[in-house]
Amino acid sequence: MKYAYFPGCSLHSTAKEYDLSTKEVAKALGIELIEIPDWICCGATPAHITMHLLSLALPVKNLLKAKGMDSYEVVTCCAACFSRLKIANHFMREDIEHRKNVEEIVGEPYKGEVRVRHFLDVLVNVFGLKNIAERINNRLSGLKVACYYGCLLTRPPEITQLDDLEDPHLMDDLMKTLDAEPVKWPYKTECCGASFSLTKTDIVLKLSGDILQMAHDEGAQAIVVACPLCQSNLDLRQGAIEKKYKKNFNMPIFYFTQLVGLALGIEPKKLGLDKHIVNPLPLLKERKVLVNK
Amino acid sequence: MKWFISHNTIRSPFQLTLEKDCGEKVSHCYQCGKCSAGCPIAFRMDFLPNQIIRMTQLGMEQQVLSSRTIWLCASCLTCTVRCPREIDIAEIMDYLRRQAYKKGIIPVEETEIPLFNKIFLRNIELFGRLYEMGLIGMFNLLSGEFFKDVFLAPKMFLKQKISVFPPRIKNIKETRAIFKRSGKLGKAHRDRLLHPRLLFLNLSRKIIGKIAKRDNP
Repeated sequence: MKYAYFPGCSLHSTAKEYDLSTKEVAKALGIELIEIPDWICCGATPAHITMHLLSLALPVKNLLKAKGMDSYEVVTCCAACFSRLKIANHFMREDIEHRKNVEEIVGEPYKGEVRVRHFLDVLVNVFGLKNIAERINNRLSGLKVACYYGCLLTRPPEITQLDDLEDPHLMDDLMKTLDAEPVKWPYKTECCGASFSLTKTDIVLKLSGDILQMAHDEGAQAIVVACPLCQSNLDLRQGAIEKKYKKNFNMPIFYFTQLVGLALGIEPKKLGLDKHIVNPLPLLKERKVLVNK
Repeated sequence: MKWFISHNTIRSPFQLTLEKDCGEKVSHCYQCGKCSAGCPIAFRMDFLPNQIIRMTQLGMEQQVLSSRTIWLCASCLTCTVRCPREIDIAEIMDYLRRQAYKKGIIPVEETEIPLFNKIFLRNIELFGRLYEMGLIGMFNLLSGEFFKDVFLAPKMFLKQKISVFPPRIKNIKETRAIFKRSGKLGKAHRDRLLHPRLLFLNLSRKIIGKIAKRDNP
């Protein structure tokens, strides 16, 4: 299996552990990820709020770079990048007028032929849960997790084509395969406040606080995410949330790749488990799922 | 009280251009309120999403474009996927924000988000990839909250999650050309950074003169 890999800005900075763990897991499973050379930012939310054409041209430029490396499938881990790349593809396929304009901007013809996949999709639907189960040597038994998908992984369904809209289950299935226990909870696709982290921090504190509270109430010991913004809002801002709402969650926020990596027997350091603000190691020790080499 | 809505009100130019430009049939909305019920940020909005749609139907352009709601929308798409009339409300919010930018209407209470978007895009234009330190520094400086989140910085540095130096890519000119051409083709003259709450902004306009220059060709 060979993919062009689009990490996105977050995975090179605030979500370094997501990048590390993705590469480790891919290596362990024999999935080849080749980083798109000279990739640029997908434009994220500010681009589509400000200039529609720019929000299509930036992802298209990246997809063209992936096409240049003979790869017709791009893998990304960031939910926002995934959404922007998918939406750009959709417009290039369906909307002739937009296609014409965007082709003029990027200077190359493109008809949405490069397929975009999320790494979660690759693990569950391409590599297969059965194959993952065969390679597990460190079961995460007794670890109760709340799988949090966030906004952009499943919405809008006709574009992302990934999972159920209101009750997604890909990550829950993956966690069950690792022998962890996904809890049933209603906040799987709630919004964490996303890009308001810097601008409207109080909104993020409320929305992320609600998510932490619900996960806590449903008996989860940790939250599993697939988006770098969700992780940073829940992890980095957890201290402020606890202070503001006078709660004590102490809830580690994992990327799904980190837990897959742990189950495959990869060392915690290689998975970047030391990079979290809320230290996950005590929980992992208590549940006896840490690998000691 | 009887209230008559004339034909001209219902088919206002504002609504017609919106329907033409973003392809969303605002007139299909029958005000069920499902968008507002699911909206995670409704608690902070001055008008609920369904009210914005109704105001659009009634051609209340000025009120819609100067509302705080359009900036507070987080683009989480909950409303879009739940709308029984299949109206892409999030896309309408996007369209309204782009219009507000074009017309230079920014509500005084919600200047951070429009400001942030511009600094973010400027950052990408300069470096190709997001330079977090630059973004946070610039945003804090221009929004006037100089010491916001400074206590988080040491932790981030220690864990190597944030770099002092900007990222580097080989062909930055290519990216800048995309910005330039998109702006030209989309006729999106990115208007001045509006932040009336701060006199400071005016002082620093010279520093950010480059942005302003690009915004008013």
